[in-house]
Amino acid sequence: MNAGGQGGKPVLEVRELRKSFGTNLILDGVNFRIEKGESVVIIGRSGGGKSVLLKHLIGLLTPDSGQVFIDGQDIVPMNERQLIAVRHKFGMLFQGAALFDSMTVAENVAFAFRRDRSLPENEVRQKVAEVLEMVDLPGTENKKPSELSGGMRKRVGLARAIIYKPEIVLYDEPTTGLDPIVSDSIDQLIARVRDRLDVTSVVVTHDMRSARRLGQRILMLHNKKIYVTGTADEIFKSQDPVVRRFVEGVAESKEEFF
Amino acid sequence: MVKQGKSMIAEWLTGLGRITLLAQEAFTSLFTFKVAWRDLLYQVYFIGVKSQSVVLITGAFTGMVLGAQTYFQFHKVKMDTATLAVVAVSMCSELGPVLTGLMVAGRVGAAIAAEVGTMRVTEQIDALRTLATHPVDYLVVPRLVALFGAMPLLTAESIAVGIGSGYLVGVYLLGIDPVYLWANMLRYTASSDVVIGLIKSFVFGGIVALIGCYKGMYCGEGAEGVGRATTEAVVFSSITILITNFFLTMSLGQVLHPT
Repeated sequence: MNAGGQGGKPVLEVRELRKSFGTNLILDGVNFRIEKGESVVIIGRSGGGKSVLLKHLIGLLTPDSGQVFIDGQDIVPMNERQLIAVRHKFGMLFQGAALFDSMTVAENVAFAFRRDRSLPENEVRQKVAEVLEMVDLPGTENKKPSELSGGMRKRVGLARAIIYKPEIVLYDEPTTGLDPIVSDSIDQLIARVRDRLDVTSVVVTHDMRSARRLGQRILMLHNKKIYVTGTADEIFKSQDPVVRRFVEGVAESKEEFF
Repeated sequence: MVKQGKSMIAEWLTGLGRITLLAQEAFTSLFTFKVAWRDLLYQVYFIGVKSQSVVLITGAFTGMVLGAQTYFQFHKVKMDTATLAVVAVSMCSELGPVLTGLMVAGRVGAAIAAEVGTMRVTEQIDALRTLATHPVDYLVVPRLVALFGAMPLLTAESIAVGIGSGYLVGVYLLGIDPVYLWANMLRYTASSDVVIGLIKSFVFGGIVALIGCYKGMYCGEGAEGVGRATTEAVVFSSITILITNFFLTMSLGQVLHPT
C-alpha cells in the first residue's frame, strides 16, 4: 500500500505526534503527510482521537511531543500570536458547527472579513451572498443560528470556513448526527468546495459512506497510530481483519467493551 | 489529606499563573491592538449603562443607612452636624468603590464568565482561533477596556447619590441643620478621598474583567462547567476585591494622606 507522499513537498506533515490527557494516552506516534490538493479522509473508532488529531493540525491543541509541519514550518513551538498567520491558510468545520450564536448567519459568515476590515461593506455582503448560494442556503443572511437545523448550521459553518478561500479545509465529523440524505448533500458540498476552490481537504469521519465518496486517500487511525493508509478502493477491498471489521461495521468480541 | 492539600495548592498556583499570563496577554494586546469599536461600544453599553440601576440603588440606600446610623451615634455626643462628613468620607474612599465593585462583580462578572464559558464549551472559542482571531483580542480586551472605563464612572455616580441621599435623610427626616451639615462635609472631605475611591474602582474593574474572562476561558465541560465558572467568577472576584481593598487603603492612604 501507498505510504503517501512521494515526490513534491507536502502541505501538511505530522511526525511522531504524541498526546495524552492526564494519564490517558490518545495518540502514540502518529506519522503522515498530505500533498497539496489532496483529499484525505481519516477514519477510526469514535473516541479514538481523530478529532484530537485534527485539532493538532491547526494548533488548537499542543502535542506532548512530535512535530506538525504546515508548508514546511513546524507549528508546534509557535505561540497563539504566531499561529494566527498560519491559520489564515486554514478553514475548519467543527463537529457542532460552532457558530457564534449571538450573531446572525451573515455576521458569522463574514467574520473573517469583519476582523480584517480590509474589504468595503458592500463587497463583503456580496461575498456572503455568493458563498451562501454555494452552500445552498441563499437568503438566510438575517437568521440566527438557533433558528437553523443541524444540517443548515453545518452549511453555514462551512460557508464561514471557506469564504476567505483557505488553502486547507479541515472537517471534523461533517456528517455525524445528520440523516443519510442531509449527509449526502453535505458530502456533495464538500466535494464541490474541493473542486471549485481547489483546496486540500482533510476529513475526519467514522461514516464509511462519506469516506468512500470523499477520500482520494484514506488513513485509518487505530490503536493510537495510523494503522493503514491507501486509496478508497484499497481500503474497501483490504483483507486486513481490523480494516475489514471497521469497513463492515462488525463489533469485536465483547472483551473490548466490558 | 496531605495529598489533597498538595493538589489544592498546586491548582491554586496554576490558576494564579494562568490569570497572570492572561493579564499579560491582555495588556500587550491593549497597547498594540486596533480597537474594534463596535464590540467595545456594546460592552460599554452592557457593562456601564445597564449596571447603573443596581449601582444607584446600592449607593442611595447605603448613603441613607450610613447617614441615619451615624446620626444616631453622633447625636449622643452632640456632633449632629458632622454626620454628612462621615458619610462622604466613607462613601468616597471605601463604600462607594467596594459596593460598586461587588455589585458589578455579581452582575457583570457572572455574565462574562457565563458568556465566555458557553463559548468555550460549544467550541466557539476554538472557532474564533481557526478564524485567525486571538480570543484575548476579541473577548478579553473589549470587556477589560469597558470595565476600566465604566467602573470609575459608576463609582462616582454611586458616591454622589450616596452623599445626596445621606443629606436628604439628615435634613428632612432627622432635622439636622443643612448649612452646618454641608459646611462640615466640605471641611472634612478631601479631594484625595475621591481620588482614592476612583483609583480603587479602576483596579476593581480590572479584577472583575480578568477573573470573569479567566473563569470563562478555562471553564469545565458542559452546563455544569459553565455553572461552576459563573459561581467561581463572582465569589473569587468579590473576595479579591475585598482583600485588594484593604491593601489599597493601606498603601494609598500612605501616599495620599502623609501623616
